[in-house]
Amino acid sequence: MSWNTVIGLEVHSELNTRTKCFCGCKNEFGNKPNTNCCPVCTAMPGALPVLNRDAVERAILMGLAVGCRINNYSVFERKNYFYPDLCKAYQISQLEYPLCVGGGLEIELEDGTKKFIRLNRIHLEEDAGKLIHSARGTMIDYNRGGVPLIEIVSEPDMSSAEEAVAYLEKLRSTLLYVGVSDCKMQEGSIRFDVNISVNRDGEPLGTRTELKNLNSFRAVLRAIKYESNRQIEELEAGHPIIQETRRWDDEKGKTYSMRTKEDSQDYRYFPDPDLIPLEVTNEYIESIRAKLPKLAPQRVTEYIAMGLTEQDALLITQERAYADFFENVLSYFNEPKFVCNWITAEVFKKLNALEVDDRKITVQPKDLAEMLRLYKDGEINQAGARKIFDVLWDGGTEPSKLVESLGLKQMNDTGALTEVLQKIVADNPKAVAELKAGNEKTMAFFVGQAMRATQGKANPKLVGEIVKELIK
Amino acid sequence: MKYLDYSLTEIIDLLNSGQVTSQELVRECFDRIKETQDLNALNSTYFDEAMKRAGEIDAARARGENVGALGGVPVVLKDNINYLGTRTTCASKFLENFVSPYTATCASKLHDAGAVIIAKANMDEFAMGSSNENSAFGAVRNPVDTSRVPGGSSGGSACTVAARQCFASLGTDTGGSIREPASFCGVVGIKPTYGRVSRYGVVAFASSLDQVGPLTRTVKDNALMLNVIAGADDMDMTASKVAVPDYLADIDKGVKGLKIGVAKQFFSDKLSGDVRTALEQAIEWYKEAGAEIVTVDLPSLDTALAVYYVISSAEAASNLARFDGVKYGVRAENYADVVDLYFKSRTQGFGKEVKRRIMLGNYVLSSGYYDAFYRKAKRVQKVIRNEFSEALKMCDCLISPTTATTAFKLGEKSGDHVAMYLTDIFTVPVNIASVPAISLPCGKDGQGLPIGMQLIGKHFDEATLYRVANAFETAHKEDK
Repeated sequence: MSWNTVIGLEVHSELNTRTKCFCGCKNEFGNKPNTNCCPVCTAMPGALPVLNRDAVERAILMGLAVGCRINNYSVFERKNYFYPDLCKAYQISQLEYPLCVGGGLEIELEDGTKKFIRLNRIHLEEDAGKLIHSARGTMIDYNRGGVPLIEIVSEPDMSSAEEAVAYLEKLRSTLLYVGVSDCKMQEGSIRFDVNISVNRDGEPLGTRTELKNLNSFRAVLRAIKYESNRQIEELEAGHPIIQETRRWDDEKGKTYSMRTKEDSQDYRYFPDPDLIPLEVTNEYIESIRAKLPKLAPQRVTEYIAMGLTEQDALLITQERAYADFFENVLSYFNEPKFVCNWITAEVFKKLNALEVDDRKITVQPKDLAEMLRLYKDGEINQAGARKIFDVLWDGGTEPSKLVESLGLKQMNDTGALTEVLQKIVADNPKAVAELKAGNEKTMAFFVGQAMRATQGKANPKLVGEIVKELIK
Repeated sequence: MKYLDYSLTEIIDLLNSGQVTSQELVRECFDRIKETQDLNALNSTYFDEAMKRAGEIDAARARGENVGALGGVPVVLKDNINYLGTRTTCASKFLENFVSPYTATCASKLHDAGAVIIAKANMDEFAMGSSNENSAFGAVRNPVDTSRVPGGSSGGSACTVAARQCFASLGTDTGGSIREPASFCGVVGIKPTYGRVSRYGVVAFASSLDQVGPLTRTVKDNALMLNVIAGADDMDMTASKVAVPDYLADIDKGVKGLKIGVAKQFFSDKLSGDVRTALEQAIEWYKEAGAEIVTVDLPSLDTALAVYYVISSAEAASNLARFDGVKYGVRAENYADVVDLYFKSRTQGFGKEVKRRIMLGNYVLSSGYYDAFYRKAKRVQKVIRNEFSEALKMCDCLISPTTATTAFKLGEKSGDHVAMYLTDIFTVPVNIASVPAISLPCGKDGQGLPIGMQLIGKHFDEATLYRVANAFETAHKEDK
């Protein structure tokens, strides 16, 4: 009998509000420690939280984007536990009455099939501070304390590491589309916990473990694979799975037990008496819905109508930044297919060489539009376009001037090209014979020779025409 | 004593007419504080700062500037109210050296109205107690009889006003902590409607029950103080936006035509003879003054104390968890790791009663007990609230004793927690129902100890309480 893996994910995502969730301090990453702090977010005696409406709005926005039902009545509760980064010794969170419930995301699997991953809930809570371990001892930075977070809890609907990662990618993409979080994994603004169990076909669900300290998609992928194998091996060896929290060690590629259920914390949740229940009217919810930006599916439809293939449309909409860039380029140069091809080939090649967090398009849409126009008009050839694109990517600008300064203007002069090609044809009788015999591939040889002779400036289309003419 | 026998309202007239300066008042207060320091009413005093501020106000007044409703009047804050740069100890060893990095809204309202804050008053540690014997800085004594307790937890706030060390003070009331000491010390104290006064900057005991309120020597003084401190606050979501009336506007209108409710549950056999007699006389007086006395029923009143100890302890356990030795306050020495640091700091920093409540609170919130205790208590709270609103539909306010007995002896109940908790049996239900209530003197017992009566009002109807209380006080002035 084969094994099934059952995976549920809890994703914490910091909301990009201007100020913190319950006070007026700046919500900003990278400031000097303990500078974005006040009596409220450092838990001075007597300080009280005041809910940031903007955080509520962003949480609702995300809820609406993934089809959640927004509760008209939700309650903030205190999750009580001691830890030095948690200055009140409780985290303000939601338990019994979360802000958003239900909803889900459709993911696409490797083989092209689609799967719907249900969400259990999205609730609003606050982040804790950060411990900094140094030679002088452990220090605490409360800048992050009180930053608004949404916790997005999935149902256990994923059955492989690949599905889990596809879900996370889709979720991250949606957060970026909605624009409520910057999703920087390195800065910890999006974090993942994995719940995982295994069971044999037809048997009830197994005991689950929770995996922590997963800081990248790759870590999630590897950790799930490791953990499901570990659980299967344990069970096959006759050992029961213990319900526990396990820490992923990325270097060793293993998970380690952190704490078992027996010594797990009793959080003693209860409604926070400092915060009145959050009541949102349907009118308010609808006013937020009206602010929802165009999401991927809608853009896919629009792009297909522009003439893109579905595959291209899906590719270019996988991140809002790419789709926005595409639309921006189109506003200068309205050739959807042509622009899309360049982005999905050349731009994506650049991006994929970067870490996920660092994937930022560094070319100005206007410049790319101008370059593509030059390319389409035959002013430059593909090799020239690539050279210019490299310069633009590294901060260059004004493609027309680059054509001049880099000497990339395409050679479209039939007379001059004929002169060059006459010599090549004369020097390569064997290739001429092959081409005459109908081996079209040999044409590439002539184009290559022509390029070499013209420092890459020859118009390849013209080269083909002239060669055919010459060997007639 | 030249000026300290005047009421707050009277002294403001003297200040405004130039017959006395704020600095003179501050000086007299400090003379009196020194004279009566055995009462142990105050945890910190600020003579230099107070003199400087009084001087500024005197100068401003001399220039004809508006110095505010309390311009130049020396007042005292309970030691759980933050005031920038002053120690806020909550009478706990844990916060012995804690200096406020900010000011509570109620304190800044007092400041903005021209009050001169001269001291912080002793209290039961973290406002937990009914006798002011739970202070890390020693018990406060009742100025009427120094062998007796002043009541608690705002014992210092009541004592300092009764002993004429100042003209008014602020206290906090979670289950009777303003009214019980007011009653024991023979002063006026109000627990406003929950949400009437901002809690921002007031160190929380039980957040859903805590209210700040003034303690004064007269009802009018009290109304004037509440005028200043009441109102909405952007820093406190539980502070109500209901408009604040002028509590002095209708205060002299008398009780003719008003209905005063009497619930038999407030007049149980636990009541001492003298207290019963005093209350009966008060009710009789109101009848003669033209009020109609109606009988109302509060069948679940007995459950309030249990509800109170579940809810208040649960909230306290969570509120006091921030006192962990990491950020401020006492940090134990020689700890092995962070858990040991928490354990030792809290063990050394908190007094017995505080520890008892923390344990109780964590117990009722813990997994497996939450439904049986916390959730049930919240449900019963709703029942009690409904009974109060039903009762208050039939009348303008309720009358009851504030406490079943007058001030007891120091040490008399300190071994018996239940007896101590029972002291609050008439005041606690008011916090559970979140309605306002005022305590004012209504005579003395055979030993000359003050007896307090409690008037309980509708939500946000403090004005009626002041009116009804003022009528009685005005008619009984000579008795004092």
